[in-house]
Amino acid sequence: MSIKAEGLTYIYQAGTAMESYAVRDISFETKDGEFIGLIGHTGSGKSTLIQQLNGLIKPTSGKIYYNGEDIHSEGYDMKRLRQRVGLVFQYPEYQLFETDVLTDVKFGPKNMGMSDIEAEEAAKRALKLVGIGEDFYKRSPFELSGGQKRRAAIAGVLAMDPEVLILDEPAAGLDPLGKTEILETIARLHRERNNTIIMVSHSMEDVAEYADRIMVLDDGKLVYFDSPKEVFRHYEELEKMGLSAPQITYLMGDLKKRGLQVDDSVGTVAEACREILRLWKEKEEKSAE
Amino acid sequence: MKIIDAVHVFFDYMRKDENDKIEEISPALSDMNLEIEKGSFVCVLGHNGSGKSTFAKMVNGLLLPREGSVYVADMDTADDELLIKIRETAGMVFQNPDNQIIGNIVEEDVAFGPENIGVPTAEIRDRVDEALEAVNMTKYKDRSPGKLSGGQKQRVAIAGVMAMKPECIILDEPTAMLDPKGRKDVIRTVRELNKRDGITIVLITHYMEEAVDADRVVVMDGGRVVMDGTPREIFSRVEELKALRLDVPQITELAYELRKAGMPVPCGILRKEELEEVIMELLFEGDKGSCDSTDTDGTEPDLGTDGTEPDLGTDRPEQDLDTDREDKSEGACQ
Ligand SMILES: Nc1ncnc2c1ncn2[C@@H]1O[C@H](COP(=O)(O)OP(=O)(O)OP(=O)(O)O)[C@@H](O)[C@H]1O
Ligand SMILES: Nc1ncnc2c1ncn2[C@@H]1O[C@H](COP(=O)(O)OP(=O)(O)OP(=O)(O)O)[C@@H](O)[C@H]1O
Ligand SMILES: [Mg+2]
Ligand SMILES: [Mg+2]
Repeated sequence: MSIKAEGLTYIYQAGTAMESYAVRDISFETKDGEFIGLIGHTGSGKSTLIQQLNGLIKPTSGKIYYNGEDIHSEGYDMKRLRQRVGLVFQYPEYQLFETDVLTDVKFGPKNMGMSDIEAEEAAKRALKLVGIGEDFYKRSPFELSGGQKRRAAIAGVLAMDPEVLILDEPAAGLDPLGKTEILETIARLHRERNNTIIMVSHSMEDVAEYADRIMVLDDGKLVYFDSPKEVFRHYEELEKMGLSAPQITYLMGDLKKRGLQVDDSVGTVAEACREILRLWKEKEEKSAE
Repeated sequence: MKIIDAVHVFFDYMRKDENDKIEEISPALSDMNLEIEKGSFVCVLGHNGSGKSTFAKMVNGLLLPREGSVYVADMDTADDELLIKIRETAGMVFQNPDNQIIGNIVEEDVAFGPENIGVPTAEIRDRVDEALEAVNMTKYKDRSPGKLSGGQKQRVAIAGVMAMKPECIILDEPTAMLDPKGRKDVIRTVRELNKRDGITIVLITHYMEEAVDADRVVVMDGGRVVMDGTPREIFSRVEELKALRLDVPQITELAYELRKAGMPVPCGILRKEELEEVIMELLFEGDKGSCDSTDTDGTEPDLGTDGTEPDLGTDRPEQDLDTDREDKSEGACQ
């Protein structure tokens, strides 16, 4: 289940006066069962990059290997690839098209050759995972609120049970609890089934919390691909690219500058809480003496 | 003066079959009441499906109440003849920018709104330039809007409304697809429009951090307003918010967790700087004169292991941790 990219370059309207580079000479390889966070400024090429990974758009130059096979080699089964490498679009509207929610989510599994009954079961399981109840099954996908649409779109891909799950801002538009639920669901699938996840996000807090490694794009180039701690150490460079470190990291950085012995590379509330409480306990013990 | 006034508003979405027979009714607003002062900056929070976008569409006259009324600058949205005037007064940035983009090139798209309300051509130029500059999209002005990234489209949609210079702007999750800098820029821009030009801002968002700078935070649930107050008041009610599927800013969350674990951190902390001061005072500065121990007098704080909230409001250390913090809403903390 590894994806390998070699020298990927994507130019929109190549060869015309309007040509624009969206992805520039990107190479990387994912590890089996890895949770990757993909961040980058608006227009940095994230959506363009991931659409190439499941063969939806073809790179202008460069190669993509899935489990060692070149996906653009002759006779490669592209349909199968799209089932194994599931992609959830940035705007759920691009993905929802059937007359009702259940039929929509069933589409993928049916297309894979499941019987109607099997497909329906898969769809119901997926809808349950994303928190869409039975009362929504017969609704048109266009009669849902923004966050409900996103859940339905995610369910459509989960129902195919892909090996690799690529999500383009899956949490955008979800309420805070909905966001946690969806991200926890994805993280659980990742743990239990060893799925490889690539998650595009504009929330530094979310990638700090969930990703094993973070990929950073800047103007179409891959600038970092490393652990959250390492990546957020470069917060000054990240800021120049329109990104930032998680808010908690800034607090810890300031505390450290002011003389507290805290780890300033932490990025989550839980970690920061532990760090500060450790000092608090030490101090309590000292003053109790 | 009120610029928006929703009075006992009810609204249901209806699904009809081919023969126009009603198949399903889904209530979206039920007895919604909300008054918004002219010139204020109001943030609207609420879980998915709580009715935020439906309310926004009411203000714009896109949807009409089944019962009750919505007034925009005293104009009833149910009055057809006032509709144009209402849309001039209250501009709207929709949740999905694709629903809003009309022009073939970015510039035309932004000019569409002001043209439609009859702004003189010469002035349109200036307004378009200014709006594109404010959202940092000048360099894309000749592009086709369809060929922009998600976040770029969102910026164009925001510029389109800014160029109309309405008295009030309703933004429905304008920052959902923006990078951290873009988010900051949009929030800064709307704050400027609010402070400098007195434009009323109604910001719908799922980013709790964005509500910190608002004058007022309104929380919706089940198609009505269930909480209403200053950011500090609202974000002191952590458990209540969580029960509504919402959250508090991360800094507030950290302060809350520290407090739960026994540190005497005041509630309703909103900003990094505030928390920083409190922590420094508790952990560091108190240490300097370790002989005059101003901290705990031997009474171990309840660590809350039994899940109950330690009541720290009473056994606070003597020193005043928060001298100039307004509306601490002491005791309202939960
Ligand atoms: N169909 C298109 N035609 C021409 N240029 C395009 C097209 N789609 C995207 N672009 C351009 O390619 C660049 C990369 O876009 P892409 O959508 O990959 O960015 P992104 O990182 O996903 O951004 P966002 O965070 O805003 O979604 C942008 O500068 C964008 O304007
Ligand atoms: N076009 C529609 N047809 C039928 N029901 C709808 C339609 N649009 C919204 N609803 C329903 O009305 C309720 C309120 O929806 P609304 O879009 O106002 O929610 P919201 O608070 O904006 O949610 P979100 O945070 O997900 O954008 C939801 O239960 C939703 O399913
Ligand atoms: Mg994108
Ligand atoms: Mg909405």
